[in-house]
Amino acid sequence: MISAILILSALAVAFGLLLGYASVRYKVESDPMVDKIDALLPQTQCGQCSFPGCRPYAEAIANGEADINQCPPGGETTIIALADLLGRDPKPLNPENGVEEDVRTVAVIDEQVCIGCTLCIQACPVDAILGAAKQMHTVIASECTGCDLCVPPCPVDCIDMVPVETGIEDWKWSFPDSTVNAGLSTLAPHARTVADGEREDDETPQRKAG
Amino acid sequence: MTEYALILVSTVLVNNFVLVKFLGLCPFMGVSRKLETATGMALATTFVLTLSSIASYLVNEYLLAPLGLEYLRTITFILVIAVVVQFTEMVVHKTSPLLYQVLGIFLPLITTNCAVLGVALLNVQQRHGFLESAVYGFGAAVGFSMVLILFAAMRERINVADVPEPFRGAAIALITAGLMSLAFMGFSGLVT
Amino acid sequence: MRRLFQFRGGVHLREHKKDATLHPVVPAGLPKRLVLPLQQHIGKPAKPVVAVGDKVLKGQVVAEASDTVSSPVHASSSGVVTAIAAQPIPHASGLSAPCIVIETDGQETWRPRDEQVYDYHQLSRAQLREKIRQAGIVGMGGAGFPSHIKLDPDGKSVDTLILNGAECEPYITCDEMLLRERALEVIVGLRIMRYALNAQRCIIGVENNKHKAFLALLQQVRNTGADFIEVIQVPTVYPTGGEKQLIHVLTGKEVPSGGLPLDVGIVCHNVGTAYAVYRAIEFDEPLISRYVTIAGSVAHARNLEVLIGTPVIDLITECGGNPGTLSRVIMGGPMMGIALHSTDVPVIKTTNCILVNARVGDVPLPSRGDFALPCIRCGACAESCPVGLLPQQLYWYSRAKDFDKVQDYHLFDCIECGCCDYVCPSQIPLVHYFRYAKTEIWALEREKKQANIARRRHEFREFRLEREKREKQERHKRKRQALKKDSGTGGEADAKKAAIEAAMERVRAKREAAKPRNVDNLTEQQQRLVDEADARRARAAGRSNDKENRA
Repeated sequence: MISAILILSALAVAFGLLLGYASVRYKVESDPMVDKIDALLPQTQCGQCSFPGCRPYAEAIANGEADINQCPPGGETTIIALADLLGRDPKPLNPENGVEEDVRTVAVIDEQVCIGCTLCIQACPVDAILGAAKQMHTVIASECTGCDLCVPPCPVDCIDMVPVETGIEDWKWSFPDSTVNAGLSTLAPHARTVADGEREDDETPQRKAG
Repeated sequence: MTEYALILVSTVLVNNFVLVKFLGLCPFMGVSRKLETATGMALATTFVLTLSSIASYLVNEYLLAPLGLEYLRTITFILVIAVVVQFTEMVVHKTSPLLYQVLGIFLPLITTNCAVLGVALLNVQQRHGFLESAVYGFGAAVGFSMVLILFAAMRERINVADVPEPFRGAAIALITAGLMSLAFMGFSGLVT
Repeated sequence: MRRLFQFRGGVHLREHKKDATLHPVVPAGLPKRLVLPLQQHIGKPAKPVVAVGDKVLKGQVVAEASDTVSSPVHASSSGVVTAIAAQPIPHASGLSAPCIVIETDGQETWRPRDEQVYDYHQLSRAQLREKIRQAGIVGMGGAGFPSHIKLDPDGKSVDTLILNGAECEPYITCDEMLLRERALEVIVGLRIMRYALNAQRCIIGVENNKHKAFLALLQQVRNTGADFIEVIQVPTVYPTGGEKQLIHVLTGKEVPSGGLPLDVGIVCHNVGTAYAVYRAIEFDEPLISRYVTIAGSVAHARNLEVLIGTPVIDLITECGGNPGTLSRVIMGGPMMGIALHSTDVPVIKTTNCILVNARVGDVPLPSRGDFALPCIRCGACAESCPVGLLPQQLYWYSRAKDFDKVQDYHLFDCIECGCCDYVCPSQIPLVHYFRYAKTEIWALEREKKQANIARRRHEFREFRLEREKREKQERHKRKRQALKKDSGTGGEADAKKAAIEAAMERVRAKREAAKPRNVDNLTEQQQRLVDEADARRARAAGRSNDKENRA
């Protein structure tokens, strides 16, 4: 009886020592998981996920404090990618955090109204607004991520979120709807042909010249 | 030499631990959603199974049997398996943090994988020697890995296919596993 | 006798080529307006070098190449530039793009041309390529890649130059007619290309349903005594005319995935491109016209020599098509063409055919049902794929929007030939799924690039704010230390007073240093105004001084 307890205890101590040595030998420093999660986020830094930026949200996901369906700008694609990375099930976007926008928008400052107060410059998370105190402010459209953070601080409400026009370079084929006429399928089935007359949906805007 | 070949064929195909003996079903269902995670899990389980099979044999042969403590076998084996799994977890965490994150809870759950304890106990029951225990453990691991990877590959394709609504998810997976099991039971009588 | 190879897959299609090849090719009627898109090629759009209202001559440059991978655009006829604006262009989206619109004057006045035919061997290869670039020649088989780049061996050795006269798609016969009528010119163009590439052998591949073209070529090769040119008939299978497929059939070599034919020592050009090169080098004529087949539900299906920029509707009416009964107009062939949203779009450099289809039942295109049935995993698509891909797997993963897996199955090697689509018994729009997946993947890559830039900007901003905070703290510390040091001589109040005095001194100095600007070369009136202002200032200063003295 006593010998059994002693043997077992000795065994346990021996194993414990082995594990202790292994835990020191195979110590892991930082968590590269956060970088991998951050790489999948859209970097809008908008805060709709209830975290102050994309990196804090990535850290929260890695810690298990946040769910993967809290990012509206990332939308369904980001949720699926995160689910894939972490081996979880994808779930629909949490409506508490916002809705996925179809059209990308950028901020535009109305220069007639702008008073040069720099409040929007301080708010922009990617420094996409050019300007200085009492000088005209302007948004660098190519750097604007459409996060909306500059709109509330403006005291004269001169910032509008304007949808970005898509041109031929950005145009995407639609997802094939197998219940709709799939006949002559290699020949652009979604295209309205000449005899169909006016298009009822205005999804294909005319691109401006220049 | 032929005994070892027979042991291998038996554990991999004829008496496959997952599909014929129905052990280790938890990781089989839980980790088989993606092929990469299934492969990682298969490697981890192979490592654990072989090592714990050998370690259990050694502890039983040179500690428990001479001291007449056979009644402590189960608890000792569990202790050995737990230590091996902990060790494996540390190694995986260091070498592949992504795999570590993805396997998640299933890595420490290898401890409760009845296939691992089953192998250890069956070795004793069938009175295997040292090499036989090792081959038995390794063969069980190969069988488990093969079935896990096959099942994961099938599940990946099933998930993008047109499955009727009531069957989606676990239901169609279990039906598939059942059909695989039927197929593997056809191996019985392979070695007379 | 050269041994030919077979590529796996492919389908046999009904050709429908007889009607359009009955008559010789004549020039199409001069259209009232020409619409020239700035981008008719792969690469960056050209930049206009004319303005609205300018008079242009036939063959004059109206837009210059904007990049190395770009091509200039020339006026196809003389006239006046009436607009440089967005016009509908032939694209699957139906969107518009910047175009130069020319109202023709009917004179067809050429710009000055170098009429003499000279020996192209006297030009260096680089000069030759430059002339071809300036002529705006792009791949006329449909791809539209700037030809001068494809005629640059780029340090590699070119063993074989292949001319693609296969023309495998049903209805299209423009290359066939070109070979029948202008075989000699094509061969001279081929020789020019061979010189540019420093290639060894040349092969012209034609399908074996083009007997007259084959004979014409053979005759001209014999006449010119070119023993390095082989004319070979290849079996009529769709898509033999695909570049990689034709190379495999003629030479047995396989172009590696993601690679170019140049990697295996082969370059392949269209016969129309060779003809354009001939006209450019020997006659100084840019690419302003091409053979186009007009077929389908038209009274007179035929091939015409069409000016680039001619609106499609003009061609349809010229060939007896009824504009009122059009339901589907396709630019290209029935397998790979695009359905046009409007018949006002122009013929561009890569247009080979206009297919007019009044009603689906009239013209026996590959017949379809109304909707797709579920995939029965029959595998017919995989058997017919000429590239050796697995269309079934591509379908399942495109449908599930699993864009990583779809690329694992080599989605971007798909040439969108439509063979899998054609043979599918469930009539699933496979090519549509693949095109959807491709554009989605490109869009995701663009978004990722944008996201990376945004992340770097955000990280720098965080760094900048940190730095500013640190610098502020440093300054405060230094100031406090400086004040503490001075406090040894008279206490803090004195030190503060000293700091305030110093600041006021700085302001006074600044005000005195401030000089009025723009005071040189003043007119009399301006000088008078300045003097009045100065007087007012002096009076105001005097009054305030009095106030101070009294107070």
